[in-house]
Amino acid sequence: MNPEQILFILFGAVSLIGAIAVISFRHPIYSALSLIVTFFAQAGLFVLLGAHFVAAVQVIVYAGAIMVLFLFVIMLLNLGTLSAKGAMSRKLKGFAVILGILLAIEGVYIAVNAINDPAVASAETATESVNTTTYNIGELLFNEYLLPFEVTSLILLAALIGVIVLVKRGNQEEN
Amino acid sequence: MPLEAYLILSALLFTIGVVGVLIRRNAIIIFMCIELMLNAANLAFVAISRSLGEASGQVFVIFVMAVAAAEVAIGLAIIVSVFKHRQTINVDEVNSLKG
Repeated sequence: MNPEQILFILFGAVSLIGAIAVISFRHPIYSALSLIVTFFAQAGLFVLLGAHFVAAVQVIVYAGAIMVLFLFVIMLLNLGTLSAKGAMSRKLKGFAVILGILLAIEGVYIAVNAINDPAVASAETATESVNTTTYNIGELLFNEYLLPFEVTSLILLAALIGVIVLVKRGNQEEN
Repeated sequence: MPLEAYLILSALLFTIGVVGVLIRRNAIIIFMCIELMLNAANLAFVAISRSLGEASGQVFVIFVMAVAAAEVAIGLAIIVSVFKHRQTINVDEVNSLKG
């Protein structure tokens, strides 16, 4: 086995275990910490794929900003005592897991079969050279995808205003 | 590693996210599972971008991350205001639109 395969198996296993831990821990704090582990393992996978910029953004935005927000809200609401009573019946849970296994089989089937599709396979062999550096991303982002990039700033602005309005209205009703 | 390996891993992570949304009733954990699903999609984007030798996939990942950040901010604000009203964030108990 070459080092790349060993690293893929390592990061893949860590991200899968972290993801399963997210949905199986009772306390939301432990789920959030497992989710951070999953995000870091996925950043490692991005590095393996040669996407260094995306890996850095993953760590800064997801593992940094988004997870801090999650942990803040969990601690703000002090949710530890609430999560125990919200359990589902065992029957429904089993049904959900069976549906999930079916979905996983479908997903794996599609993933394997998409590669055998002649259109994808020819495209795969056509361009072997790796031109996915940060330079290329920046070039695409500010030329071809300039309008979507600017629209993204509007989305963030809308989110900002929305959050302020939501939280402020809550405060006024309390007073 | 072959593209299949990354796509299969992405499919498995997505499935774990779906199962989490189905079996957990805590709104915050449901949100985390949505983040898991978005991340699985990002992994597939980057893997296919690598195999096609195209940077567009990675540009889309950046857009997905921006939308995810906005979605989390709004969602958590909604959860906080729901908690102020109802003292619970169990999605089975929060089942009416009326405050």
